[in-house]
Amino acid sequence: MLRKINDNKERLIHIGLFLIAMISVLTTAGIIYTLISESIPFFQNVSLKEFLTGTRWAPLFQPQSFGVLPLLNGTFLVAGIAALIAIPLGLGSAIYLSEYAPEKVRKTIKPILEILAGIPTIVYGYFALSFITPIIKFLFPQANIFNALSAGIVVGIMIIPMVSSLSEDAMLAVPQSLREGAYALGATKFEVAIKVVVPAAFSGITSAFILGISRAIGETMIVTIAAGATPKMTLNPLDSIQTMTAYIVQVSLGDTPHGSIEHQTVYAVGLTLFVITLLMNILAQIISRRFREVYGNAR
Amino acid sequence: MHAKKMQQRKQKNHLFKNLSFFMTLITITVLFLLLYDVFKDGIGWLNWNFLTSYPSRFPEQAGIKSALVGSLWMISLTMPIAIPIGVMTAIYLEEYSPENRLTTFIRVNIANLAGVPSIVFGILGLTIFVRTLGLGRSVLAGSLTMALLILPIIIVASQEAIRSVPNSLRDASYALGATRWQTIRYTVLPASLPSILTGIILATSRAIGETAPLIMIGALTYIAFLPSGPLDSFTVLPIQIFNWTSRPNADFHGLAAAGIIVLLAVLLFLNTTAILLRNKYQRRLND
Repeated sequence: MLRKINDNKERLIHIGLFLIAMISVLTTAGIIYTLISESIPFFQNVSLKEFLTGTRWAPLFQPQSFGVLPLLNGTFLVAGIAALIAIPLGLGSAIYLSEYAPEKVRKTIKPILEILAGIPTIVYGYFALSFITPIIKFLFPQANIFNALSAGIVVGIMIIPMVSSLSEDAMLAVPQSLREGAYALGATKFEVAIKVVVPAAFSGITSAFILGISRAIGETMIVTIAAGATPKMTLNPLDSIQTMTAYIVQVSLGDTPHGSIEHQTVYAVGLTLFVITLLMNILAQIISRRFREVYGNAR
Repeated sequence: MHAKKMQQRKQKNHLFKNLSFFMTLITITVLFLLLYDVFKDGIGWLNWNFLTSYPSRFPEQAGIKSALVGSLWMISLTMPIAIPIGVMTAIYLEEYSPENRLTTFIRVNIANLAGVPSIVFGILGLTIFVRTLGLGRSVLAGSLTMALLILPIIIVASQEAIRSVPNSLRDASYALGATRWQTIRYTVLPASLPSILTGIILATSRAIGETAPLIMIGALTYIAFLPSGPLDSFTVLPIQIFNWTSRPNADFHGLAAAGIIVLLAVLLFLNTTAILLRNKYQRRLND
């Protein structure tokens, strides 16, 4: 009797927990549904070709123009600068922490990196505008107050902890026996790090880079504050630009009426942003999964 | 000849060690520069008046009262939504889910959800909670959006916590005749609670610091009253800071920096608690 009650209760709990777990799936479905269904009216007015190949983005001014390339240009310019900062510094500190640092130093530095990772992006945005931008203006007087360089540097700083800790995880997962084998052959620590550990952890490190850049692409507050609001086709880091995320914020701060084509651009740009970051995240997962498989065989 | 080459290799090693240490040092220096920059600009504006005044056009009179209370409102609605959903999802995935395609799909989905830019959650919140459900630009709409945003963090942290509970504890519980749920309720959850709490605290600090999604759902930048219910409009600390940062007047930048000091103090308190909790728990496991 009691057993039967318990069985029923167990089954109910199982089903209940399953339904709750589906909320996360529902969230993704909601995101995709929202972005697509609200983008459809936009693409009825603007052809996909004009959107993806047009080089002028001016939905808020007359004559309107809906080429997303300037926003992509701005986004990738900032992400590129961020990668130039975060990849060497992130990888360098990961190698130091995983291969060189004595345990005591490691235990001091790790929490500091964690603090850096926990600082809100609005704070980094303030730092970009009030600290990095004046330095850039001092070095390059022709630079705009709002420029891609300042935002890119600070976005790079923001993703260092992520790149560093993911790369370090990948290197720590390299079996100690590989290192010892190389030491036994007379290799120095440098040779072990560069010729054994980094190649063995290569896919994990690559996936860390991709995740870091994907994070830089989705970053919003730093670029909104420091990079400007002028969508532009340019590779000059001293120019004022606009990223996809900063554009979305600009529209939501204004008073474009719901249902207007100006407002629909938010969804079209949001969809573009979502697809790009999703593809990069999936790519990172595939690469790091392959890495784990290679290991399984090696052991 | 050989000795010379060996020396070169040793030098290279030494050089690289210093280089990688230097790179780590740069990162740490930046943290201190950031803190220095904020304190230099903001400490002069930080006083009791700043904490207890509403925002104002006059910098001397402006404060963060409505932003602080708004953040408190937002968090106290977000966490009761996000915590049960997150922890129960983790329990399902770790203790109940069969190894099939659907489970794999749920797992991959959570990993991807964690990588979705926060502004996209803002678009979701604006469309579903503000418009479709008609909640308006309210604290509740903001909290629901934020709850979905931090859900993956809580799920992943709870999964790791539950996974680290040794199977011998579960076996012992089953051996005493406990059902699966009783084992989870009285054995697994108590054993993993400190780690779950650590994850929850980290998720809380993420929610306190997020700006973009709340700008999207239309948390206002200028609010001179306190919300009195979950359907009232509101502002939060990061949005008030953003508002002051985007003004050209240097006095407002001082206010922004003072706001940042308060924000960082709150986050530091939370994160220290999380770290202490984690250390205490680790020590107990090691005993």
